[in-house]
Amino acid sequence: MTLLEIQNLRVHFPVRGLRIGAIPSTVKAVDGVSFTVAAGEAVGLVGESGCGKTTLGRAVVRLVEPTGGRIIFEGRDLTALGPGALRPLRRRFQMVFQDPFHSLDPRMTAGQSIAEALVAHRLAATASARRARVEDLLRDVGLDPEAADRFPHQFSGGQRQRIGIARALAVEPGLIVCDEPVSALDVSVQAQVVNLLQDLQRRRGLAYLFISHDLAVVEHLCQRLLVMYLGRVVESGPAREVCRSPSHPYTRALLSAVPSLRPSTGGERIRLEGDVPSPADPPPGCPFHPRCPVAEARCRTESPELRRTADRREVACHQVASSPQAP
Amino acid sequence: MPLLDIQDLRIDFGTTRVVDGVSLAIDEGQTLGLVGESGCGKSVTALSIGRLLATPPARHAGGRILLGGQEVLTLSSDGLRSIRGRVVSYIFQEPGASLNPVRRIGAQVLESLRLHAPSRATEAEVVRRLAGVGIPAPDQRARDYPHQLSGGMQQRVMIALALASEPRLLVADEPTTALDATVQAQIMDLLLDVQRRTGMAILLITHNLGLVADVARRVAVMYAGQIVEEAPARHLLSQPVHPYTRALIRSVPEIGVDRERLPALPGQVPVPGRWPAGCRFAPRCPSALASCATSPPGLEPVAPGHRVRCPVRPPAIP
Repeated sequence: MTLLEIQNLRVHFPVRGLRIGAIPSTVKAVDGVSFTVAAGEAVGLVGESGCGKTTLGRAVVRLVEPTGGRIIFEGRDLTALGPGALRPLRRRFQMVFQDPFHSLDPRMTAGQSIAEALVAHRLAATASARRARVEDLLRDVGLDPEAADRFPHQFSGGQRQRIGIARALAVEPGLIVCDEPVSALDVSVQAQVVNLLQDLQRRRGLAYLFISHDLAVVEHLCQRLLVMYLGRVVESGPAREVCRSPSHPYTRALLSAVPSLRPSTGGERIRLEGDVPSPADPPPGCPFHPRCPVAEARCRTESPELRRTADRREVACHQVASSPQAP
Repeated sequence: MPLLDIQDLRIDFGTTRVVDGVSLAIDEGQTLGLVGESGCGKSVTALSIGRLLATPPARHAGGRILLGGQEVLTLSSDGLRSIRGRVVSYIFQEPGASLNPVRRIGAQVLESLRLHAPSRATEAEVVRRLAGVGIPAPDQRARDYPHQLSGGMQQRVMIALALASEPRLLVADEPTTALDATVQAQIMDLLLDVQRRTGMAILLITHNLGLVADVARRVAVMYAGQIVEEAPARHLLSQPVHPYTRALIRSVPEIGVDRERLPALPGQVPVPGRWPAGCRFAPRCPSALASCATSPPGLEPVAPGHRVRCPVRPPAIP
């Protein structure tokens, strides 16, 4: 069952020129993205900094206003709803942020932070019902119920991220947008939080939009994967297959840059030159062509459409679209 | 004689021990990876090499640091000036925070040249240095302020600054942690290229085991202020002995490896001041013996060049 359907979503930011007389321009942070998330499905969203993945995640939960397109969640178009009509729906989609040090109010106890969500959505009538619910939630995320009375500074990074997850779970969402939820954590703690997210997905049938730059975590946790470059999706498909046999030259380069624990077995490295171009001034044609190792003349003028290839994937590349095996 | 020879280094912050008997050596032209999680003492160890720790609160509580044959810990301020930059330079995790935000990057590189190579402190040399760290259009970029550059380009500027003095040892403390994997690969390629050309030694501090596997010849793993395992990189990653190293390697997801769940370590890293008696890893250790809780293990050799702080010898990994 489709839980979330994103149709041609665009988020554009106006940019004032720094110098007097400079022409105002637009940053197309998200530029025509479409995808679906089924109930209980984890969809990974990967790409380099500046590719628009965080903006996309924030637009999905309406933390930034989309410029165009539709966000259909549980059958209702969120972009057509005003703040008042949106409010009761908000509890069905929640967000977990990257930095567990800055996403909790330092002056509220963990219990108060979690209970705040219950109060806002009128989900527990009495103080004792709230307290019981907070303790259940803390147990669900692997913390001691006594943690409710402690303040954020008394927790480690991993514990704080568990509190952030408990707060998102408090309102019984169907979808959680996770923005780099394990990137700020220590290696041994990352695995604990990844396992927790996986358990919660299975136990509660949660869906995730999991934003990360770590392809290995995405492959482990997600069923499907979207690769973004300069505001657009360049490849999408089953996470396992995309990670093991990437089609788009950008996906290949991303995967080849991930350092492997196994001593290199002579596999060739694709080194991307340069940085992601400025989204305020994207290159013409295929946005990836200036860094693409296999770009040809057509790529410099003609922007490739996202096309379905033979293997349940969509790829935006002239060369891949013409033949699923090449280049 | 190794270029850097740290012997039994102990550092306290106030009354709390944070580095507890660390010994490390790096030869010219070599890369040593120092791996560990937050609070293990790896950055404090690194900062102590150039005496960059504020004292107080930091206090040297024992041991020696020999850098190019000189004892760093007893150097006068003149002596320190002569080794900072010329013998040891640093780059850090957040290049944006280490650059002066109100000065053009060309001026910052020029300043570094004036300090360390006054005869070559010219605009042309600045442009050459920026080109040398792979900055495109260096003559134009020299006029940019740090905020006009991407994180990867900022880190290249930091490297140009650190290399201006032609150091014999570069301490790189999480140099690519804030960068994308594609940019991380570029920066590491650049550092290794400089190393090949100049014979500079690198101390690479990171929590990323994959990165270490890629670039370091030797690896030391720290936990709770101590080195728990040290070995040639290939050996450490294919045949880790210490239960902490083994758990760290297992808990990292890898592309192309199917696992139902990640084998996560229980619990968390103990903070300095609350290190357990006996083996500091024992409370989280899957193979702890009853004696581990009381008797602290020493760092013992298990193979040539391979030392481990654990009495348990696990079966070899096939």
